[in-house]
Amino acid sequence: MDLRLGEKYEAFRSEVRAFLREHWPLRGADAQLAPERQEKLFRERALARGYVYRGFPRLYGGSEQAPDALEDMILDQEFRTAGAPRDIRGIGPAMLAPTLLDCGSEEQRIRFIPPTLRGDLRWCQGYSEPGAGSDLAALSSRAVLDGDSWRIDGHKIWTSEAQSADYMFGLFRTEPDAPKHAGISYLLIDMRSKGIEVRPLRQMTGGADFNEVFFSDVRIPADSIVGRRGEGWKVSRSTLKHERNLIGDPRYLRNSFDSLVELARRSQRNGRPALEDSSVRQRLAEIEGYVCSQEYSGQRQFSAALRGQELATLLPILMNKLYSTDAMQRITRLAFDLLGGDGLVAPVAEEYGMASQLRTSGGWVAQYMFAIANSIAGGASNIQRNIIGERGLGLPRDPRAK
Amino acid sequence: MNFGLSDEQELLQEALRGFCANECPPNRLRELFDAASGHDASLWKGLAELGVLGLIVPEAYGGAGLELLDLALVAEVMGQAALPGPFLGHQLVSLAVASAGSEEQKRVWLPRLASGEAIGTVALAEDAAAWEPESFRAQVQGNRISGSKCFVPGAADADLFLVGVAGGGLALVERKDAGVSIADQNGVDRTRPISRVELSGARCEPLSGGAQTARHVRDAGLCVLAADAFGAASKLLQITLAYTGTRQQFGSVLTQFQAVKHQLANMATELEPTRALWWYAAHAFDQIASESERAAAIAKAHVTDRALDVARGAVELHGGIGFTWECDVQIWFKRLMFDRAFLGNPELHRERSARLAGW
Repeated sequence: MDLRLGEKYEAFRSEVRAFLREHWPLRGADAQLAPERQEKLFRERALARGYVYRGFPRLYGGSEQAPDALEDMILDQEFRTAGAPRDIRGIGPAMLAPTLLDCGSEEQRIRFIPPTLRGDLRWCQGYSEPGAGSDLAALSSRAVLDGDSWRIDGHKIWTSEAQSADYMFGLFRTEPDAPKHAGISYLLIDMRSKGIEVRPLRQMTGGADFNEVFFSDVRIPADSIVGRRGEGWKVSRSTLKHERNLIGDPRYLRNSFDSLVELARRSQRNGRPALEDSSVRQRLAEIEGYVCSQEYSGQRQFSAALRGQELATLLPILMNKLYSTDAMQRITRLAFDLLGGDGLVAPVAEEYGMASQLRTSGGWVAQYMFAIANSIAGGASNIQRNIIGERGLGLPRDPRAK
Repeated sequence: MNFGLSDEQELLQEALRGFCANECPPNRLRELFDAASGHDASLWKGLAELGVLGLIVPEAYGGAGLELLDLALVAEVMGQAALPGPFLGHQLVSLAVASAGSEEQKRVWLPRLASGEAIGTVALAEDAAAWEPESFRAQVQGNRISGSKCFVPGAADADLFLVGVAGGGLALVERKDAGVSIADQNGVDRTRPISRVELSGARCEPLSGGAQTARHVRDAGLCVLAADAFGAASKLLQITLAYTGTRQQFGSVLTQFQAVKHQLANMATELEPTRALWWYAAHAFDQIASESERAAAIAKAHVTDRALDVARGAVELHGGIGFTWECDVQIWFKRLMFDRAFLGNPELHRERSARLAGW
């Protein structure tokens, strides 16, 4: 083992640091602009230097850098330390744009990728349906080709950001007679189309981050399909390989854990900081065992990927989601206990925002509930256990529909 | 940057796995377990020939001059095989002499330890809770030591004891000294039996570095125990996968039932990511001095805790047969009980890691 990066990459790190020192935060007149304008301006400068949207061709608004995972890691660390904005997050840039890069038509790429990367075009994802959650291929919302348009009828659910999104990328059954996984197509839908109704779903937190979306006789142009008819399943899978960066991020665990230690420092037990209480110290130290395991396991997976040896780390890769959402539940559970009576008070709206997260008791209460939601979203824990059991340990598959 | 093993390290593990499979097959392991002697001269000789007894002894003294991570990787395989023998204590004595011995002590002991001709072990605890250097009480007067040590692994076969002395330092005591007497304790792990050692004015030679050396040796021990526990727990998982994959109930193999599949997935998920935890702890011991003490404490506490969870699941998934003497699960279960309790329980090391973090 050798955890040093070597001269070439240390030089790259210094270069990035120097850039950040000079450009973020913005100076002079630029610093007077509205925050979103500042971010935009900074992102343009970072783009010119090749620091953002590195995987996207210049033609589509990216900076087209040769893939280099270590440089990406360094950029990530340094931008984070400086609090500087990097690639816009969210499913548009992270999922839709790479999918179009792989499977979209040239016209679709030019039309959709640049505004998505700039943040001018916002997306929601239409996969889940009331009868198709874990068993996504059971979806039944239909799109029928009718002349030069698709006619859509159906019902999507758990659609985050549907209220504010400009477009939806979604899966619809286009060949009703084909077997389950076949017969599904990947469509891009203007959310302002006639016949779309968005109804917010109120969550247990009181907030409404996701929605139901109803389609009745919605018409969209025939060229809204990505990839070929009936191959939507394959198109949606092409995005999965881009998802690895989004899940099981160990820094998220470490940051949350650090906030937990701070909370224990601020909270009182028997008139002393809770951090001095031996049962609290024991629980904290045990949770840190999980956090460290995921942190180092992540580094191990990263190293293996650098060498093209992902197969050697397949088992821990399959475990990332279950392991980290479980660790996050442990973190927020201890926080909830440390809050004592303050855990009885429901969070207020601002405490859901990223900025206030884990800094107020309401933020922790919200996070305690969200940690459970995260164990469900993107493949519930029992689905993860099936994947680990079947693909990782070679156990027999569950009975499945044909 | 590479958070991974070298080809040499993988070959070392492979060679040792082959050795264990050939030299200590299930029937032989069972014989040694039932005899509870904890030592087999031919196994020991084989380990010497493989070069693993002198793995961390400097080359100048006849060893392979490798690092703690290499030793931890060896310990993982030993745990997997539940290989009986005084390996753990032997390695810690070698490390202590190599890092804090005088030139004379190194010259006298290291070549013999590396070749396996002399067997070493550690005599640290004086009661159930006293593993830390600050709690050693054995008194040294001049070059004589008196005190009472317990839970000394492999004492019956050892030639050289590494003894914790009042003030936290370490000293070497030879088994053949008239002031040394040994009484077996009925150890729970029959692959690594333990004894009480009475020292009544036995001749001793101090090592340099005082409590600092003792902590250094302790940290190495924590990494080795974590690795052994990881190996033992992964073996239990393997045994349990094989059993539940063939055992039928209600007309299906057990693994066809989601309750069983999910329990196995949970056991694996608790365990597998901890591999990187003890790798890191051993690497930190070798290369990142500022983090080594804390990393070792976290690794020992966490790995042995998770390993025992796996052991519990292994017994439960075997059903009644899992609780019998006849079932091999007990061999590794007890190996894990040793790994968890030796050098201190998770609680002790969690409190230390909290203190070291400045909490």
